[in-house]
Amino acid sequence: MHYQFDFGALLPYWQSFLSGALTTIEITVFSVIIGLGIGIACAIARRSQVAVLRAVVGVYIEAVRNTPFIVQIFFIFFGLSSVGIRMPIIAASVFAMVINVGAYTAEIVRAGMDSIHPSQIEAAQALGLSKFQIYRDIIMLPAIERVYPSLSSQFILMMLATSICSQISAEELTGVANNIQSNTFRSLETYFVVALLYIAITYLMRAAFFGLGLIAFPRRRRLGLGV
Amino acid sequence: MSVAVKLTNVVKRFGELEVLKGVSFEINSGEVVALIGQSGSGKSTALRCINQLETIQGGSIEVCGHRVEDPKLDVRALRRDIGMVFQSYNLFPHMTVAQNIMLALRRVKGMRKDEAYEVAKPVLAKVGLSEKIDSYPEQLSGGQQQRVAIARSLAMQPKVMLFDEVTSALDPKLTGEVLRVMEDLARGGMTMIVVTHEMGFAKRAANRVIYMHTGKVWETGGADILSNPQTPELKEFMAEEL
Repeated sequence: MHYQFDFGALLPYWQSFLSGALTTIEITVFSVIIGLGIGIACAIARRSQVAVLRAVVGVYIEAVRNTPFIVQIFFIFFGLSSVGIRMPIIAASVFAMVINVGAYTAEIVRAGMDSIHPSQIEAAQALGLSKFQIYRDIIMLPAIERVYPSLSSQFILMMLATSICSQISAEELTGVANNIQSNTFRSLETYFVVALLYIAITYLMRAAFFGLGLIAFPRRRRLGLGV
Repeated sequence: MSVAVKLTNVVKRFGELEVLKGVSFEINSGEVVALIGQSGSGKSTALRCINQLETIQGGSIEVCGHRVEDPKLDVRALRRDIGMVFQSYNLFPHMTVAQNIMLALRRVKGMRKDEAYEVAKPVLAKVGLSEKIDSYPEQLSGGQQQRVAIARSLAMQPKVMLFDEVTSALDPKLTGEVLRVMEDLARGGMTMIVVTHEMGFAKRAANRVIYMHTGKVWETGGADILSNPQTPELKEFMAEEL
C-alpha cells in the first residue's frame, strides 16, 4: 500500500466545506424545530379520544417509520414534481426531513406522555384545570424531560441523515464533498475531512441539547440531576 | 344549616362490577364527616364521584348548587368549589412548592403571578411549611408533600374538601403531622369529607361517621358509633382496625 496523503489539494475548497456544513446545520435546525412541533401535535392526536384522528396520524407515523428516508425524499422531490408540485432543493430537503422527524418524534413524545401517571392528571382536573392547560402545564414538560435523551439522539441521527439530501443534489456537507472529490480525485482525504466535520456537528448538537436541557428543566439543574 | 353535598341513590359500575349500589348521604356546610369501611367498600369511589373524577350511572349528586350528573354541568365550575387531596399527594414534580400552589390560582382564577404568590404564602404558613416555598416536591418528606397538597387545595378557597386516604402512605409520625393540619382545618369550620382508616382522627375530629360496606351506606351516626357499633359488620370492622 503506497498512498501519498495530500490534504493540501483540499485547501482551496475550505469555503465549500464550510458552506456545506452550514447548509447541513441549517436543514437540521429547521427540520428539528418544525418536526418537533408536528411530533408533539401528532403525539397528542395519537392519545385523543377521536378514533379517526388517531387512525389518520397512525397511518402517517407507520408510513414514515416503515420506509427508507431516501425513498421519502425521492417521493417528495421527484414524485411530487411529476404531478406538478415543484420545490426548490433545500425546501424539498427540509420538507422531507420535517415529515420524517415529525413521525419519529411523535412516537418518542407519546411514550413520554404515556409515562405521566394518571394521578397527576387527576390532581390537575380536581384543581379545575382545562384539558389544554393540563397538557401544557402538567404533561408536556415532564414528558419531554423523560424522553429527552432519546429525543436528542433521534435529532442527531436526523442530522446525519441529511447526507441523503445530496441525492437530490442538495449542497449540504456530503453533496459538497461529492463535488470536491470528483474535482480533486482525493476521495480519501475529502471524506476524512467530511467525517471530522460530521463529528464536530454532532458534538455541537450535543452541547446545544445539554444547554437547552439546563434551561428547560430547572428542577434537574437545581437538584444536580444532569440532563 | 345548608346542605353542601347530597348523594341520592348513587349507582356506579365499572363494567359489570357494581361498586356503589344506591348510596345516599347528606353533608351540611361546616360538617366534618369520616367515611370509613373496608377496602373495596366503595368509599373512595363515592368520594371521587363527588367531583366527577368518576361518572355515575344512576342516582344524583348535588354539590353547592351543582348537579353533578347533569350533562350540561360546568365541570370546571364544580371543581372550583371542591378541593381534593389524594393518597399519593400528586404534587407536580417539575414545579416548586410555590408553583404547585400558584398554578390553579393563575390558570383557574386568572390571578397574576404576584397576586398568586401573596395567596400562596399564608396558606403555606398555615400548614407550617413557609421555609419550603422554593423546594421541589422530591426534596420534601411524604408528610410535608401531603401538607403542601392540602395547601394547594386550600389556596383555591373551596367550599368542600375531599380527603382520600391521605395518610395511608405515611408512617405514624408523618401521619400525625398531616392529621394535625386537618384537625386545624376542621376547627376552622371547613366542610370536609374524609375517607380514612385513622379511627383516632374520626373520633377526635368528625361530627359524623358514615360506615360503608359492600357498596352501601351500612351505618351512620356520631363518632360514638365507633365505640358502640349497632351492626355486626361495623363491630367486626372496628375489631379488625384496632
